[in-house]
Amino acid sequence: MTEAGIAEQATRNGHAGDDESPRGLAARVVASMREQVQLRIPRADLDERDPDYIRENLPRLWLLASLWFRGEVRGLGNIPEEGAVLLVGNHSGGNLTPDTTVFQLAFSAYFGVERAFYQLAHNLVLSMPGLGFLRKFGTVAASPENAERALATGAALLVYPGGDYEVHRPSWERHTVDFGGRKGFIRLALEQDVPIVPVVSIGGQETALFLSRGEGLSRLLGLDRMFRLKVLPISIALPWGLNVGDMLGHVPLPSKIIVEALPPIHLREEFGPEPDVAEVYDHIMRTMQETLDALAAERRLPVIG
Amino acid sequence: MRVGASLEVAAPPQAVWDIVSDPSRALHYMAGITRWEVVSEEPRGLGARYRTLLRVGAAEMGGLVEVVEYSEPRDLAWTSVTGIDQRGRWRLRERPGGRTNVEYRLSYGVAGAGIFGALAERIAAPVVRGHLERTVRQLKRQVEHEQQRRRAAERRRARVG
Repeated sequence: MTEAGIAEQATRNGHAGDDESPRGLAARVVASMREQVQLRIPRADLDERDPDYIRENLPRLWLLASLWFRGEVRGLGNIPEEGAVLLVGNHSGGNLTPDTTVFQLAFSAYFGVERAFYQLAHNLVLSMPGLGFLRKFGTVAASPENAERALATGAALLVYPGGDYEVHRPSWERHTVDFGGRKGFIRLALEQDVPIVPVVSIGGQETALFLSRGEGLSRLLGLDRMFRLKVLPISIALPWGLNVGDMLGHVPLPSKIIVEALPPIHLREEFGPEPDVAEVYDHIMRTMQETLDALAAERRLPVIG
Repeated sequence: MRVGASLEVAAPPQAVWDIVSDPSRALHYMAGITRWEVVSEEPRGLGARYRTLLRVGAAEMGGLVEVVEYSEPRDLAWTSVTGIDQRGRWRLRERPGGRTNVEYRLSYGVAGAGIFGALAERIAAPVVRGHLERTVRQLKRQVEHEQQRRRAAERRRARVG
């Protein structure tokens, strides 16, 4: 966002003209913090993905995915061998998402690091100090432009429509796919005319005891306006005990992670030339939920799997 | 990291060679391999290329491999073009009594992966070795089974003749 844009929005949000009042001061703080965050968000650059870096880190990912998470990935053969494809996943595990780790390894090992593969992530994830390496793995800030550009280059793109809303759902909702009604990914697939491959994972929400999304707390503190953060999650996690915000991450429990890629959905072939977005959404949610139910039925114990 | 497995098979080298050099039979005896697909024009011989997948731990390790040594019926070696670095070799040596010593070798790793690479290679070794050992056992069973059937067919023909 440009400086003028930020100032304009600040004016709308918090009466920036009225500098003397406490509300005016708060608005200026909000605007300046937002500006800082915006500055920290790296400009989306698909070229930052570095296949050699990914390749050199495959052993590390393999160790983590095999020994800690006992990862198991099924159905990679369902992903079209070449061409652009939109991979749509359910997201779990708080700010440290083991399903992404396991899937990144599986995809890169299966198709080779030569196949371009990008993941959309929350702005805040990419602006966190110490997480810059994610960009080398092909992680780009979640925005419609980045998604379009990635698909237009013929790459595979992984999106988690549920985002921060789904990833912080309470642990007792761990076997529920919850995109919070976000349907943008379907419009994206239609515009770019690419197939959707649903990717369902289980186990991530057992890496800590997630208690609440803390939506009310986030609104109260104005985090939604400042950082696009609609949640301020509360969990019990190692090594903190009570963990509010999960900003410093946590040590995930070694929960068994299973990821399953489903057969591709070619929207126009299956839903006609002008598919109804709501109908497609319902279909995808149903398919993913059924798969998650099946994976949950297979699971005997939490964490152990 | 290099791992290997070997066995003596009660069949001449050519009988073993006919199986190991035929990519369409790879999935019938190679343990852990989930894909061995021909992507070159020639399915066998020097320069033949295969797209392969080997399941180890949490991942199926893929890669394009190319045959770099093809001396019938003794040595068949391949090396990776993409994917994890690997070199594989079938080494067949004749033994007295029409038998063959079959050795299957695989060296693998990721160049430049440092200490985690070395650690991962070592931790994966027992799994990979297990795949190799099962592979040679399954190969032995297939070769010897085919030898028996061939001999039985010859005996039948001799009786009829």
